Amino acid sequence: MAATLFFQVLVNGLVLGGLYACIAAGFSLVWGVLNIINILHGTFVVIGSYSAYYAYIYLGVHPFISVVLAGIILFIIGYLFQRGIINRVVAAPVLITLSLTFGLDLFLNNSLLVVFSADYLKLNLANPLGVLQFAGIYVPVDRLAAMVLALFLTCLLYWVLEASRIGRAIVAVRMDREAATLMGVNAKHIYAVTFGLGALMAGSAGAMLSVIFPISPIVSTLYLSKAFVICVLGGLGSVAGAMVGGLVLGVVESFGGLIFGPEHAMTISFCLLILLLIFRPTGIMGKKGYE
Amino acid sequence: MKTKLVGLFVIVLLLLIPIISNNYVIRLATMMLMYSVFAMSWNFIGGMAGYPSFATASFFGLGAYAGALCQVNGVPMFLAWVIGGLVSAVFAWVLGLAILHLKGHYFAIASLIVAEVLREVINSATGITGGGMGLNIPVLRMGVDAQARLFYFSMFVIALVTLAVSAYVSGRPLGFGLKCIKQNEDAAGMTGINTTIYKTTAFTLSAVFTGGAGAFYASWVNYIDPEDVFEILISIKPIVMVLMCGAGALVGPVIGAGLFLFLEELVWRNFLTFHVGMLGLMVVFLVIFLPTGLLSVDYRKFLKKVVR
Amino acid sequence: MTALLQLKNVSRNFGGLAALSEVSFDVHPGEILGLIGPNGAGKTTLVNLVTGVYRPSSGQIIFEDKPINRLKSYAIARMGIARTFQVMQPFPEMTVVDNVAAGALFATGASTLEEAKELAQVHLEYVDLKKFANTPAASLTLPNRKRLELAKSLAMNPKLLLLDEVMAGINSVEIDQSLGLIKSLVEKGITILLIEHIMKVVMSVCSRVVVLHHGSLICEGQPNYVTSDPQVIKAYLGSKFAARQNRVSHEQ
Repeated sequence: MAATLFFQVLVNGLVLGGLYACIAAGFSLVWGVLNIINILHGTFVVIGSYSAYYAYIYLGVHPFISVVLAGIILFIIGYLFQRGIINRVVAAPVLITLSLTFGLDLFLNNSLLVVFSADYLKLNLANPLGVLQFAGIYVPVDRLAAMVLALFLTCLLYWVLEASRIGRAIVAVRMDREAATLMGVNAKHIYAVTFGLGALMAGSAGAMLSVIFPISPIVSTLYLSKAFVICVLGGLGSVAGAMVGGLVLGVVESFGGLIFGPEHAMTISFCLLILLLIFRPTGIMGKKGYE
Repeated sequence: MKTKLVGLFVIVLLLLIPIISNNYVIRLATMMLMYSVFAMSWNFIGGMAGYPSFATASFFGLGAYAGALCQVNGVPMFLAWVIGGLVSAVFAWVLGLAILHLKGHYFAIASLIVAEVLREVINSATGITGGGMGLNIPVLRMGVDAQARLFYFSMFVIALVTLAVSAYVSGRPLGFGLKCIKQNEDAAGMTGINTTIYKTTAFTLSAVFTGGAGAFYASWVNYIDPEDVFEILISIKPIVMVLMCGAGALVGPVIGAGLFLFLEELVWRNFLTFHVGMLGLMVVFLVIFLPTGLLSVDYRKFLKKVVR
Repeated sequence: MTALLQLKNVSRNFGGLAALSEVSFDVHPGEILGLIGPNGAGKTTLVNLVTGVYRPSSGQIIFEDKPINRLKSYAIARMGIARTFQVMQPFPEMTVVDNVAAGALFATGASTLEEAKELAQVHLEYVDLKKFANTPAASLTLPNRKRLELAKSLAMNPKLLLLDEVMAGINSVEIDQSLGLIKSLVEKGITILLIEHIMKVVMSVCSRVVVLHHGSLICEGQPNYVTSDPQVIKAYLGSKFAARQNRVSHEQ
């Protein structure tokens, strides 16, 4: 019995963690390459969720297909934000860049509140895929599929960074902006693409999350803070780190919720984050005082 | 000499406010003084030491709850404010020792998240704090007009003390050392500055008055809840105020607070459902176009440009 | 004679790479000890270890018979070890006099800011920078920045002064001036560890020289002895040159 419970909680955590990984991968990419903490990230996730919701209600498009749609929408939004606004302060001190993305988020999130209101929306699929049962462990297939899709997307991002032309340019700019510029890379464009890719990951994750969690502009901070925690857990600017960090956080939250009650899941992850920052800022992130 | 005259003029003006104006203006003026306490307090760690602190909400909320709980349990109001300030200060000292070794983004995030944790802790301690239901603070037995003036003058004193401490610190080795730390922390250490103690002291100074203001706030509005006093915006506002007038300057934060409150009030009145968004736009505008502060603009040049 | 500063088997690793391994040497009171080595030999790492920026992975650093390798940099500075910086000037946005005052205020404990600034003026006079006292440090030319660094370190009233590549990037006339300045410091009773990669500079002022190469101490002794050491020649000029040198000496 205890073993079944243990595995049930573990599986729940892993399913959740896959989705978290997808959220964090984009956030981590932007932080690592642009050295900007994108406070907008949570709101991007929410926009992705709304896109999927309305695509399903009005067009009947399944959220898993809307992942592409949401990704494209958010990529465009992200690209424009970076190209038009954030690029102007990209090398400025932390206080400036952080205040800027904060300001942008206040604006964007408040706009969502005005348009969609704070009321929670729930997307109920007309034909849910049912529940998978294995050795006494239950997993809703929709969730499982969302997780697999999320992990697939995260791997795709990894592949893009490793193998594609644009990905190599991003990596080059990250390592040495001056040198990359000399070799003909348009750094401003690359920054914007990077930010766009980060937003794309957020939007896609949001579309998948719409099947699982209620949708409201209010939950954006929740997603944002998870992205923070995962980045510190898994290491900065690495897709693989986001993947590991996401899965770890999912499992920790899942077990923490079991022990302390689900309403404290968030607090547990925050405490974890602060402890990590205090005791092992170098060990986990590899780089100390990265500014 | 000139600055002293201006300072004197401002003080006289502030003292005249409760005599010549109505309760609405007094409330706004009290608010402005409280904001200037936030900004001056933030300036210790953010302006002087150059650490991007987002901990104002933590200090404020903690002070508010400490003061409120004292008052609920029969401690006199003024003493409760002092206790509120001290509780925040002790908290900041311990927190500072733990997180001030972090740099840049990591410090910013750590300081930001503390407020979230505190909020959750207070939310969960329902037995003591009333949790999400909030906490009622005993109302003073006096007329509305008298109350408004009492609170105004109290805040005036708190702000004056904060200003005095800021001025004192910036002219002493502490302020000088913080300036060195801001420019190059490693070099500051090798020059003989005990950077850990200096930074932690600055962090604590930034907490003590903010905490006092929190306790004051609880008495002033008679009701607090975790969502209200640990609101993330409280951490951002002082930064915007200081940014408006250029970081590091002594009276900059005070002027910034006045300006900010004016804009906020304007936005509140005209954009009821969208005031947070407008606030956001304001921040964006400031950061992009005036990163060194409004005071740094050469107005004559600016006017010439506009006229042509 | 007891040493002022002693390094005993000091090692430092960065993520598995050994920047310094098992380095031991003494600095005697009143001498100018040269520390030379090609770029990347670990000279600056060594300075950072002595001044407490990093801690040694193993080994001991002893100053005036007290181990200092676990102390923080401010405590080491107050014990009387000062350094100059290789490239950047520490507090660029502060005025020249404030930079120097910082040294006077925090290391030697001038009791007030005013007193520190007065002391700073004296030190600026000494390095001939008084006319720039109230300009921001960032606006100084390179040679003047080096003087500022020196004045700042002197203001700390050090017993041991680590000069990290003070000659790099300045012309020969200025080098001669600096050498004069350094000699006069010794007369004031300050012991000097002179870190350089230009060998010529070191030879003329140092009483002894230690040579670092790839993080290890490869030679120690009088300047003449060190320059004729085959290992040093190999480290500096490459193995081909060393071989030729060898042949020449055999033919003689």
